[in-house]
Amino acid sequence: MDLENQKRVLALSEEYGAENIVVLLGASEGEASSLAAETVTAGDPTFAGPLTGVQLGLTVFHVCEPEIKEEVDPAVYDEQCGMMEMVMDIDDICNEMAPIRAEYCKYL
Amino acid sequence: MKTVIKGAGYILAHTPDMVLHNGTTQTTERIVNPESEYLKELPSHLRDWNTVLGYWPNQVYIGNKTPDDLAAIPQPWCDKTCDVNDRFGPYGQMMPQEEFLLMMQAVDVFSLVKLEKSFVETYKPVLAQNPLIDESILNRIVEGIDGAEIARLVAEEHSEGLYHNNVLVGCVNRAHDIDVNLSAHVMHENMVSKASSVLALLAALKNAGIDKNDVEYVVDCCEEACGDMNQRGGGNFAKAAAEIAGLNNATGSDVRGFCAGPAHALIDAASLVAAGTFKTVVVTAGGCTAKLGMNGKDHVKKGLPIMEDMIGGFCIVLTQDDGVSPEINLNIVGRHTVGTGSAPQAVISSLVTESLDRNGLKITDIDKYSPEMQNPDITKPAGAGDVPLANYKMIAALAVKRGEIGRADIASFADKYGLTGWAPTQGHIPSGVPAIGYLCDKIKAGEMNRAMIIGKGSLFLGRMTNLFDGASFVIQANSGPEAPAGVSEDEVKKMIAKAMREFAATLLAAEE
Repeated sequence: MDLENQKRVLALSEEYGAENIVVLLGASEGEASSLAAETVTAGDPTFAGPLTGVQLGLTVFHVCEPEIKEEVDPAVYDEQCGMMEMVMDIDDICNEMAPIRAEYCKYL
Repeated sequence: MKTVIKGAGYILAHTPDMVLHNGTTQTTERIVNPESEYLKELPSHLRDWNTVLGYWPNQVYIGNKTPDDLAAIPQPWCDKTCDVNDRFGPYGQMMPQEEFLLMMQAVDVFSLVKLEKSFVETYKPVLAQNPLIDESILNRIVEGIDGAEIARLVAEEHSEGLYHNNVLVGCVNRAHDIDVNLSAHVMHENMVSKASSVLALLAALKNAGIDKNDVEYVVDCCEEACGDMNQRGGGNFAKAAAEIAGLNNATGSDVRGFCAGPAHALIDAASLVAAGTFKTVVVTAGGCTAKLGMNGKDHVKKGLPIMEDMIGGFCIVLTQDDGVSPEINLNIVGRHTVGTGSAPQAVISSLVTESLDRNGLKITDIDKYSPEMQNPDITKPAGAGDVPLANYKMIAALAVKRGEIGRADIASFADKYGLTGWAPTQGHIPSGVPAIGYLCDKIKAGEMNRAMIIGKGSLFLGRMTNLFDGASFVIQANSGPEAPAGVSEDEVKKMIAKAMREFAATLLAAEE
């Protein structure tokens, strides 16, 4: 995850409390999604950014996961995400996200 | 008035030592983790000159091979050797590091680039053999100085070292003692950009077959900034390069927009010609040292060679209609607006379908799309996927949503309407423009009718806006002579005669 984004995630968690934050990812494939999810839960796996060694345990989803899709007006979802749903490997993304959440999320 | 593409130039400079000393992945690592395994491993992954000559994507870039040829070669390409290894191609050339260092001095007008005596003596005669380099450029290269003095400048005066085969053979001096915008680092970066832009300009003008004195305006669209502490991006790379290239009748200016810069610049330039402001405008850009070895860590980790060792450059020559060359259709211009937003669907619609809709065209009415043409050999091992392919999938998905193709056609869309990527990952260099030379050849040969060039830019990297950006335009076959605008001299005479007859008739009527 971009170092600047890590900084912002950390600052927002400190300001509002980690239990009140939901991180919504939009990465285009599974591996990148799980890396970002790991960063905001278990800490930066690349040991490069401000979240290195910081286990925030934030609640994290990819925008294409069913849990999020169900929360959104279908017309809006289709307009914003319909095209990318056709392009992305949703199953791969879901399969990468679920174990990270199960292992590291502290607030689910 | 129509604007046509008269010619294109594409050049690459092989700069392995700059990967080590100037690529930001490496310079950052040297600060953060100077003893890292990566820095120790890296030199053994650098490619030699013969390897880069035989690298398929490089041969496509300079035009000895086509993107179609490349698509037929199974990936990865870094373990294969192209059957052509000529450094010169129909679009331009590859330049070895030793010649490029001399080019850097040739484009320097403030005596900032210093080269070692024997280095100049050895390689100046080699550069003299280069068909693009004439006396006016050769004469700008001065006799070298002592190696000891270069070492002192680097050690004591903050000069940026120039290395060849890991030996210090020159340096770029700072242009001011305290102004960071004129530091040796910045001057080095800008001098590389300028040198590669000049080479691209020379290649394009030769290919277009026009007189240098015909060029009236030059637009530079690289991603560097030149200026001093009082005007950090004052410019003007365009005019600076035009001076060295001998374009005495030209002035110019710089257009910026991150990776979308070339698309914006070409729309601007085509409009200048179409409006009749200037008859011949060239768009040029040099390459970027910072991005050398950008994905090096992943390449080294996976045992691959460092493929980001080429500085890229391109130049496109636009003129008034010649009745033959492919034209830029300024009615089919796409743009990502402030209100577009960042959802991929909105982005692709704004860049692809909004302009097609205005012109009653469908996605499938375009024969080929050229979005970000990054070489997947470089991006895939770095986890960034196949960038052109990702773009084609998005355009295809949009076509499905619009009912223009079936869902089953997504998989074959890229083969039919796309090209396999081959351009170095130098930001603006792969952004739509690398295909212009190839597309123009295809259109002129009657094998293609329309192609869309799409540039996208990540403006948020500059921290001035969170917005994304992009622009697109269509190249099409020359539609033949335009109907003359206005009225002919004969028609004017007839109109005057008619008006006088009518006036006389009213006078006669009044007398009666």
